[in-house]
Amino acid sequence: MNLGELRFMRRKVILRVVSKFIIPFILLFGLYVQWHGDFGPGGGFQAGVIFASAIILYALIFGVEQTRKAIPAWVTRSGLSVGVLLYAGVGVATLLLGENFLNYNALANDPVNGQHLGILLVELGVGITVCCAMVTIFIAFAGRGHR
Amino acid sequence: MIEAHLPILQVIIPLLAAPICVFLRHPVATWALTTVVSWICLAISIWLLQQVQAGGEIIYEIGGWAAPWGIEYRVDMLSAWVLVIVTSIGAVVMPYAKLSAEKEIDRDRLYIFYTMMLLCETGLLGITITGDAFNLFVFLEISSLASYVLISLSQDRRGLTAAYRYLIMGTVGATFYIIGVGLMYMMTGSLNIADLAKLIPDVAATRTIQAALAFLTVGLALKLALFPLHFWLPNAYAFAPSVVTVFLAATATKVAVYAFVRIIFTVFGGINILQSLQIQDLLAALAIVAMFAGSAVAIYQTNIKRMLAYSSLAQIGYIILGLSLNSVGGISAGLVHLFNHALMKGGLFMVMGCVVYKIGSAKLDDMAGLGKRMPVTMAAFVLGGLSLIGVPLTVGFVSKWALLQAVLDKGWWPVALLIVISSLLAVVYVWRVVEVAYFKVPSTAAMEKDEAPFSMVLPTFILISAAIYFGLDGTTALDIAGDAAATLVRGLK
Repeated sequence: MNLGELRFMRRKVILRVVSKFIIPFILLFGLYVQWHGDFGPGGGFQAGVIFASAIILYALIFGVEQTRKAIPAWVTRSGLSVGVLLYAGVGVATLLLGENFLNYNALANDPVNGQHLGILLVELGVGITVCCAMVTIFIAFAGRGHR
Repeated sequence: MIEAHLPILQVIIPLLAAPICVFLRHPVATWALTTVVSWICLAISIWLLQQVQAGGEIIYEIGGWAAPWGIEYRVDMLSAWVLVIVTSIGAVVMPYAKLSAEKEIDRDRLYIFYTMMLLCETGLLGITITGDAFNLFVFLEISSLASYVLISLSQDRRGLTAAYRYLIMGTVGATFYIIGVGLMYMMTGSLNIADLAKLIPDVAATRTIQAALAFLTVGLALKLALFPLHFWLPNAYAFAPSVVTVFLAATATKVAVYAFVRIIFTVFGGINILQSLQIQDLLAALAIVAMFAGSAVAIYQTNIKRMLAYSSLAQIGYIILGLSLNSVGGISAGLVHLFNHALMKGGLFMVMGCVVYKIGSAKLDDMAGLGKRMPVTMAAFVLGGLSLIGVPLTVGFVSKWALLQAVLDKGWWPVALLIVISSLLAVVYVWRVVEVAYFKVPSTAAMEKDEAPFSMVLPTFILISAAIYFGLDGTTALDIAGDAAATLVRGLK
């Protein structure tokens, strides 16, 4: 953000105060959609987008540099990979437990618990990767011109 | 235990290695991991091919859900054959990649290059191994997105526009494919390829299914760059980093042809779609135009990578011509040319990679005197060029001979003549390079020997000598392709 934009944003008190107020709630809602995905509508993809939208809102109001201080490039970069590794890792775990790839039955003593745990972990992987991808794409575009 | 899980390991090993590369970030470490993974993939695919040869089709249910509800991986003769093509090219390209990529790609982006190579290979292997039409789309997107990134990694700014153009055309192709799958799902309620093959004949007469076929054909023809949907290909191949060109030219269009074959001969095999909808003549005509247009335009190129790209268009013409014959002979000629073309075009693009490494240009004028300066590399070019023309004792001859036989079986005499004439065009464009490299005196460059590094020349020669070996021993490849064609045609009546 250049100096002019910064001054402009500093004057928008309402925007700053309100977004500061609602960003935690957006994050919380993202987590709700993530963990409640197997009981109601939702899941990793939606949760990842909602979670990322809170970070993108922060970047819009307080600037890309400020956001990069809170979430450095290495965090989003590793997040992208961690999600994929978590998803595929669950599959490999089921392989090692003697079942087919991604057959969650193997993850716990009884199939219902196994399916539950499996889908939760896989969706968490999806959520992490989607969130980091959204943030990376936004910052890549918004941060152009500054470097 | 491993044996039962080979089909999934074939795909997830490169898929898991890709994010690990992002963590490693070190150019040499990522290169080492990628190379080892590509060799493991090759071992798995050869193992799978042997299993299929011994015991027939292999079916693997993902997550333990049975088809048609769950996703299944299905390896038959055809998919095992294409898996071996993709993984063997991958295994030869990765050792070659190290020096070539260091030269042509920014150092801080090298880890992205290896990650994307792995993802691209994952996608291509996934397309080949899956038995689910929607899953095929997902892998198509994985491989395509990775290849857009790979092309755009070029230091030549034109690589970026070429990648963008490829992105637009590739996305249109993938969208058409998924629209076609959606229409088939609408009529049959199934996404499993084997299940679709059973359900399609009952509803084949509906306009929905005919529209689906149209979308699928156009979408995949875009991906495999059949004339006149080829405009993305020449620039993408010419301006991509050399290693990327080698890998994509030898595998990406081949796998798209595989997907096309699956749709035409497996999904629509029950109603013998090529004959019942009369698209046979259309495909054959487009293929013949591709043979001539590709070769003719290749003659006028001054950039040799671009010239080879146009020659690829012509070679895709031969493959599609074989498929359009709709007979065991024709299909096996097409399939054997998939393999043969991968070998020789991979080898030739590797030669160009060596040339670019040494002289920093792929322009014909800059290649003057290369016959003396890089004798080993240029010898590989001559051998690969002979194979491209179809001279006896090379793989090019094996596939052209098989194609001619199949065409004559059909009684298409004029087409046979056209195949021979179009081969003569290849003589012209190969000779142009040979003439400049061996007989033109260079203006400034030193004449002393200055060969490309061993780690690049060796993989080049592995591919080129494979092109000679399988030319001398044509039966190994022809038998496998024949078996694959026979299983495909069993459905046709």
